[in-house]
Amino acid sequence: MSGSVWLPLLLIASSLLPGLIIFGLAERRVVVRTLLNLTGALLKMVLVVVMFWGVYHGQQYEVRLALLPQLDFVLRVDALSLLFISLSSVLWLLTTVYAIGYLEGSPHRSRFFGFFSLCVTATVGLALAGNLITFLLFYELLTLVTYPLIMHRGTEVSRRAGKIYLRYTMAGGALLLLATVWLYTLTGTLEFTYQGFLSDMATQHHPTLVIIFVLFIAGFAVKAALVPLHGWLAEAMVAPAPVSALLHAVAVVKAGAFGIMRVVYDVFGIDFAVLLGVTGPLVVLAAITIIYGSLRALFQDDLKRRLAFSTVSQVAYITLGVALAGPIAAVGGMVHLVHQGLMKITLFFCAGNLAETLGIHKVSEMNGVGRRMPWTMSAFTIAAFGMIGAPPVAGFISKWYLGVGAMAVDQSWLLLVLAGSSLLNAAYFLPILHAAWFREPPETWPEERHFGRKETAWALLLPPLVTALLALIVGVLALAPFSPLAWVQFVVQQEFGVFQPKTNIPN
Amino acid sequence: MILHSETPWPALLILLPLAAAMLSFLFPRSAKFTGVVTAIIIALAVVGFGWHLQSEGVYRHAVGGWGAPLGIDLYGDGLTLLMLAVTALVGLAITLYSLDYFNTEQARWFWPLWLLLWAALNALFLSADIFNLYITLELMGMAAVALVALKGGRDALNGAMRYLLATLLGSLAYLFGVVLLYHGYGTVDIALLAERIDHQPVAWAALGLMGAGLLLKTALFPLHFWLPAAHASAPAPVSALLSALVVKASFYIFLRLWFALFAPLGGEVAWLLGLLGALAILWGSWQALRQTRLKLLVAYSTVAQLGYLFVAFPLAAVAGVVLWHGVIYLLISHALAKAAMFMAAGNLLRFGGHDRIVDLNRSVQQLPLSTAAFALAGVSIMGLPPSGGFIGKWLLLEAALQQGQWALAAVMIVGGLLAAAYIFKVLGYAFTPSTSREESIPIPATMAWAPLLLAFASILLGFLAPALFSLLDIGSPFERGAGS
Repeated sequence: MSGSVWLPLLLIASSLLPGLIIFGLAERRVVVRTLLNLTGALLKMVLVVVMFWGVYHGQQYEVRLALLPQLDFVLRVDALSLLFISLSSVLWLLTTVYAIGYLEGSPHRSRFFGFFSLCVTATVGLALAGNLITFLLFYELLTLVTYPLIMHRGTEVSRRAGKIYLRYTMAGGALLLLATVWLYTLTGTLEFTYQGFLSDMATQHHPTLVIIFVLFIAGFAVKAALVPLHGWLAEAMVAPAPVSALLHAVAVVKAGAFGIMRVVYDVFGIDFAVLLGVTGPLVVLAAITIIYGSLRALFQDDLKRRLAFSTVSQVAYITLGVALAGPIAAVGGMVHLVHQGLMKITLFFCAGNLAETLGIHKVSEMNGVGRRMPWTMSAFTIAAFGMIGAPPVAGFISKWYLGVGAMAVDQSWLLLVLAGSSLLNAAYFLPILHAAWFREPPETWPEERHFGRKETAWALLLPPLVTALLALIVGVLALAPFSPLAWVQFVVQQEFGVFQPKTNIPN
Repeated sequence: MILHSETPWPALLILLPLAAAMLSFLFPRSAKFTGVVTAIIIALAVVGFGWHLQSEGVYRHAVGGWGAPLGIDLYGDGLTLLMLAVTALVGLAITLYSLDYFNTEQARWFWPLWLLLWAALNALFLSADIFNLYITLELMGMAAVALVALKGGRDALNGAMRYLLATLLGSLAYLFGVVLLYHGYGTVDIALLAERIDHQPVAWAALGLMGAGLLLKTALFPLHFWLPAAHASAPAPVSALLSALVVKASFYIFLRLWFALFAPLGGEVAWLLGLLGALAILWGSWQALRQTRLKLLVAYSTVAQLGYLFVAFPLAAVAGVVLWHGVIYLLISHALAKAAMFMAAGNLLRFGGHDRIVDLNRSVQQLPLSTAAFALAGVSIMGLPPSGGFIGKWLLLEAALQQGQWALAAVMIVGGLLAAAYIFKVLGYAFTPSTSREESIPIPATMAWAPLLLAFASILLGFLAPALFSLLDIGSPFERGAGS
C-alpha cells in the first residue's frame, strides 16, 4: 500500500524539487542544471509507466491531507489523469531538451528553468487533483508560475502581454473560486466522482446549479481560450518558443480544457449536465470558437500568431467532444487533448527553429525555407497535415470520432463546422507549405546562424522530429492496444457508466 | 528542558522582554545579543505555554494571590496562545532583521523600545481585565510612536505625530469606557463583567467609547487616516511590527470584548462593522493600487486587509465558530505576510535608495530573495491557494455564500483581484531590464532571509489549518462568556 501513497507525491516532487533547487543555482552551472532537469523529466516518465501498469490492473493511488477540517487536499490517479500526465511528462522532457538548446547563452536561465519546472508541477498537480479545491489550488499555481515565463524577455511588449494574461486569468480564477465555494455550500463535498455527484440534488436547486455551471465554464474558458475569452493567447506569443510550445500543447490551454472535462464528467456528470440543458449552449460556443479561431488565423502574417489562433480553434474541439454528450464524440474530444498537443508542439518547435536559425518570424518570409531546413519543415508539414485532419496523422482520428459522434447524437450540422474548419485549416497551412517547398528561397535570410553541416542545433531539431513522428504513429497505430485512442476509450467507458472489465479494452 | 506544569511561562513571557528592555537600555553595546537571546527564549516559552495549555486546558493565574475583582489576573486560552505564537515568530524575524538595519545612534533607542513593546504585547494578550488591557495598550502605543519617530526627519515626525494623536485619542476613549463600566458594575474583570452587564445606558456609552477607541487604533475605515503615514514613514522593521502586530493587538481586545460584552447588545453594530470592513477592503485596495511609493502601497494594503477581519462580524451570528477560525487565520497570515512584505520593501528601499515603484527594476532584479519574499507574501495577501490567506478567505466566503450575503462575497472577491493588481504592479518590474547603474548598498544575508522565511511560513499556513484550529479551540474562546 505504501507505494500507492508515495507514487503521486513522487510524481509531483520529480519536477517540484528540481525547480526549487534550480532557483538557487548560479547562472553558469549549466551542467548541474541540465542534469537536474533531465533526471526529473526521466524519473517522471518512469513513474508514469509504472502507474499505467498499476491503473490498468486496478491499483488505486491516492494521497490525502486535511486542508480544512472537512476538506482534503487529494491527489488521485485515475485513467483520465494518467492521460493528461503522460502527455505532460513526455512533452516536458522534449521541451526541456529544446529549451536547453534554445536558451543557450541567454541570461536568466536559472529563473527560466525554475519556473518551467514549476509550470509542469502545476500541470501534473491539475491532472492528479482528486477534488475541486485541489484542482483550484494547482490552477492558480499554474497562473502564477507561467506569468514569469511569459514575461521572460522583459521587453515592453512582454510586459504588456504579461499584464493582459494576468487580467484574464486572475478574473477567471476568481470566477472559479466563487463557483467552487458556492457549490460546496450546496453539497458539502467537492470530490471528483465518476458520473458526477450532483444528480441527487433537489429540483429547486437546478437553476442555481445552472448558474454555477456557467461560472465554472467561464472560469475555465479563459485558459481554454474559448471565444470571447481568448484575447490573451495571441498576446502571450511574445514568450520564448519553448514556453509557447508548452503553453499551447500542455500547460495552460489544456488546463482549461481538462477543467471543463472534470466539471462536466466528474462534478455534474454528463447525464445530469444534459438534463440541466447546459451542454447545448456549450456545443454552440465550441462551434463558434472553432470557426472564429480558424478565420482569424487566416489573416495573421506573424507565424506564431497564426499558430496561436489555430490553437484557439483546435482546443475548442476538445470542448466540443465533451459537450456533445455522447460516448463517441467524447472519445474524439478527449483523444484530441493528446493529439493536438503532439501536433501543436511540433509546429511551435519548428516556428522557434525558423526564428532562431534564420530569423524568420513571418509567413511571408518563408519562401523556399524547405530547402534550407528540410528536416524542420518536414516535421512542420506532418503536423500541419494533422491539423487539417488528413489521414493518417493523429488529427484525422480525432475529427473522425467527433464527426461520427456528432451524427450519433443527431447534431449533423456540426459536420459542416468540422468540414469548414478543415477547409480553413487547409487555407492557412497549405500556402505556408507551398511557399516553403516550392518557392525560390531569397538571396539572404533575415538573420542567419550557421551550425556546421546541420541545418540547426541538435537540441532544436530532435524534439520536433520526435513529436512529429509521435503524431504520425498515434495516428497510424490508433487501434493498437495502449495507443491514446485505446486508453481514451477505457476512460470514456468509466465516465459514461458502461464500465467493463479491464481486459476488454477494445483493440 | 523539563516542562513542569508549574513553570510560570506567562510571567516569563512578560517579565523577560521587560528585563531585556532595561538591560539593553543600560548596556547598549550588548543590546543586539540581549535581543536575540530574548527572542529565542520567548519562542521556547511560547512552546512551553502551548504544551501547558494542551495538557491542562485554560490558564488562569492571580498575580500575587489577589484574585478578581481586586487583583491582576492573567488568562490564557487557544486564542491567547496563537497571538503569542505569531508575535514570537514575527518578533524573532524582526529581531534578526534589525541586527544590521540600524546605525549605532538608532540602535541605542530601537532595542529598548522594541523589547518594551514586545513585553506590552505579550502582557496584553495575557490580560484578563479591561484595566490591565488599558495599561498594556497605552504602553504599546507609546513605544510604537517612539519607534516611528526613530528615523527623524520631517516625514517620520509628521507620521509619528499623527500616530501619537490617534493612539492617545483611542486610549483615552477606551479608558473612559473602562471607568464607566467600573462605576456601573464594580469590576474590571472581563469574565465578571460578562455576567453582570445588562441593557443600560451606561453600558451602551461605555461600550461605544471603548469600541470607538479600539477601532481607531485598529485603523478600521474611515478611522485609518493615521495609518499610511505612520506605517510608511517608519523604519522597515518598525513598519513590519506595526502592521503585523500592533494593529492586531487592539483588534484582539475588540474581539475579546465582543464575545464577552458587545455581542449580546445588538446585531446592528455587527452590520455597521461589516459595512465599514467592506468599504475598507475596497477603499484600501484602490488606494494601494494608486500609490507610486512602495511602502505606501504596502501600508494601504494593510488598511484593506484589516477590512476582511470586520467583514466577518455580520456573518458570525449564523456561521459561528468556524467563521472565527477563518478570521484568526486571516489575522495570523496577514501578520506573517505583511511583516515579510515590509521587510522586503525595506531591502529594496535600502538597496536602491528609494521606493518609487516605476524605478524599482534594478533593485528588484538584484535582490531575488527579497523579491521572492514579496511575491510569496503577495500570494497570501491575494488569498490565492496554497496559503494561510486562502484558508481564511475560503471560510469567510463560504459563510457569506451560505447566508446568501452576495454583496459581502462580491467585495471579498473584488478585493482579491485588486490585491493581485497592486502586487503585480510591483512584481512586473522584476523582469524588465533596467538602465540605471547607480551606487547601491548591499543587503546582509539575515536581512534577505528573514522576510523570505516569514513569507514561506505564510504559505505553509495553508496546510496547517486543522492542527491550528484545534489549538485555537482550547478554552473555546469564541463562545459568549468564555473565560468565566
